[in-house]
Amino acid sequence: MTISLDSQDPNTKSLQPKGWLRYFSFSLDHKVIGIQYLVCGFLFYLIGGTLASAIRIELASPMSDFMPRDVYNQVLTLHGTIMIFLWIVPVVNGAFGNYLIPFYVGARDMAFPRLNAVAFWLIPPSGLMLVASYFVEGAAQAGWTAYPPLSITTPQSGQIIWIMSVLLLGGSSIFGGINFIATIIKLRRPGLKLMQLPMYCWAMLGTSLLVVLSTPVLAGTLILLSFDIVAHTGFFNPVLGGNVVVYQHLFWFYSHPAVYIMVLPAFGLVSEILPVHSRKPLFGYTTMVFSIMGIVVLGLVVWAHHMFTSGTPPWMRLFFTIATAFIAVPTGIKFFNWVATLWGGKISINSAMLFSCGFIINFVFGGITGVALAQVPFDIHVHDTYFVVAHFHYIVYGGTVFIIFSSIYHWFPKVTGKLMSEKLGILHFAITFIGFNLCFAPQHWLGLNGMPRRVAEYDPQFQFVNQISSVGALLMALSTIPFLVNIFLSIKNGKDSGDNPWNALTPEWLTSSPPPVENWEGEAPLVEEPYGYGKPITQEN
Amino acid sequence: MTTLDSSKEIKKKESEVSEHHEDFRMFGLITFLIADGMTFAGFFAAYLTYKAVNPLPDGAIYELELPIPTLNTILLLVSSATFHKAGKALLKNKNSDTQKWLIVTALLGITFLICQLFEYFNLPFGLTDNLFASTFYALTGFHGLHVTLGTLMILIISWQTRPKEGRITNQNMFPLEAVELYWHFVDGIWVILFIILYLL
Repeated sequence: MTISLDSQDPNTKSLQPKGWLRYFSFSLDHKVIGIQYLVCGFLFYLIGGTLASAIRIELASPMSDFMPRDVYNQVLTLHGTIMIFLWIVPVVNGAFGNYLIPFYVGARDMAFPRLNAVAFWLIPPSGLMLVASYFVEGAAQAGWTAYPPLSITTPQSGQIIWIMSVLLLGGSSIFGGINFIATIIKLRRPGLKLMQLPMYCWAMLGTSLLVVLSTPVLAGTLILLSFDIVAHTGFFNPVLGGNVVVYQHLFWFYSHPAVYIMVLPAFGLVSEILPVHSRKPLFGYTTMVFSIMGIVVLGLVVWAHHMFTSGTPPWMRLFFTIATAFIAVPTGIKFFNWVATLWGGKISINSAMLFSCGFIINFVFGGITGVALAQVPFDIHVHDTYFVVAHFHYIVYGGTVFIIFSSIYHWFPKVTGKLMSEKLGILHFAITFIGFNLCFAPQHWLGLNGMPRRVAEYDPQFQFVNQISSVGALLMALSTIPFLVNIFLSIKNGKDSGDNPWNALTPEWLTSSPPPVENWEGEAPLVEEPYGYGKPITQEN
Repeated sequence: MTTLDSSKEIKKKESEVSEHHEDFRMFGLITFLIADGMTFAGFFAAYLTYKAVNPLPDGAIYELELPIPTLNTILLLVSSATFHKAGKALLKNKNSDTQKWLIVTALLGITFLICQLFEYFNLPFGLTDNLFASTFYALTGFHGLHVTLGTLMILIISWQTRPKEGRITNQNMFPLEAVELYWHFVDGIWVILFIILYLL
């Protein structure tokens, strides 16, 4: 009857390639698409990570001796854009969302499987475009924010390719968002109530609302920006009477919610992982749901706190400071809920749990600096310094990327039916955690003392602290090795995990591992209590 | 897990024969149109901000002529009505009537585009003259792109509603309903655009 049922037609399915080849096909299976997102995103993470290493090597000495200054700008632009649009957003939304959401709502696939495949297959070509833009004459060098007039006055072909690529990625993101909303609202198994859904569904619903409401604004803005570059209109060009602050407003109307697009799904994932490994129900389910939705609403009305130094009038500063400070309330509720979930639980110390706990520690630190940054007097002092860089990385790396790794350790047995090596996993965690904090904690100090961001050269007094930071970055780069070794060894000869190695109760574990194409033999189970741990009868199962 | 056991007996036959759920393609389309509306909202916000804080250079204030856009507004509103007529006719299984009304709608859309182009060629300013001109062309151009796509889709579905061998019938109305919703959306945007750009 509808598109989604076509994919369940046995004739259609036999046309799909089998084995590993299906990961290179236009597959409609949400599980295949999820893995496609994950692997594709990880490859771009390696590229973005290489660029980050180049940045840290450059900053190990005060002079720009490793690369010229304009190349440094191009490298940091590419680093930011790749990490945000090709690694974090696609993986934390697309990869885990596609793999898990149909299980959680008790469906056999997403609401629009074909749209889903289109959304994924937009990513590799636009990612390649983005990387290729570096090699054309004049790569983009205006940062991931592409602020005019810099992005207009250096009118380079690279900037145009950059814009096209981000537009395509935005389209992919919107298609994904529409699909998630339709799946969660409309495709729920009969009898499954909204308030019985696992928390990741709520997180993805909130995230997808943000995607649908804010990404189109970025698309419109980038179209206007490309007009400014190609057709020499004056939307954002002060020389032609344009207004750069309008660009900043429109850009941050997307890009502040984008922070929540990157971190809300991580909130959802950690809420799945903590109860399983501490054998306790998720603390405060209802408050968790309302905090997610509160963050969605507040997240849409705080964008101008990025612009306190852009000549914002006093009433605007007051409003956006207060609104931003309010976000600390739902976020704080979530933090305390996670801690309360762990409290008195039967905690297993494994890689997934360690990364989740690492997330909680890093995220609270990033959250506190976030509240500090929302205060106008403080923000004006540290605006565009390394303090902002440190805060941002504590949220997206210390927060989201830690959860991505945690989720990989948690759901690897689901995808492959094999267990990952805990020894290598704990080694991976230790190097990542130490390296990350060594890299970014000193940057708070650098920022407070006035080291500006996005500049290849700095005052020699900062050299020692920058070198500590670079050592941390080196550790982070090295941490990828035990992870990759672990993945390959575990796929090849990992221990058999059985169907449900963690004794979890969420619906994705109530089928075989790896799951069949139809997700369940027969009807989908009705899971009314996804976090019903600690009850003797269910635990025996 | 207990739930799995309880439903084991009935599950096989039922789930394999009929796992029908309601049609949610319209839901997806509405979500997409909300997203599309946000793009326009961004453009409108930019336009209104420019108007409020960026005065035009001396002698650059252009009054827009009202007759053509007013005619265009009427054209689009009438086309919404004719599209509605097409849908009604299909409900009564009169495919040839549907086809006629759809072609009338498409012609109204084409007339709109011709009028729009006529207005463009007679305006005293070009794309890059000043902020107002650029925003004017960006907004009307982006809307015109929507009308163009809509007209193309109407022509396609009018072909598909042909009485013999047509894909769109009383039983399969979704393509028509989807394009109709999109067309009403584009009309609604035009009304907002007309008020903000021409009347304010």
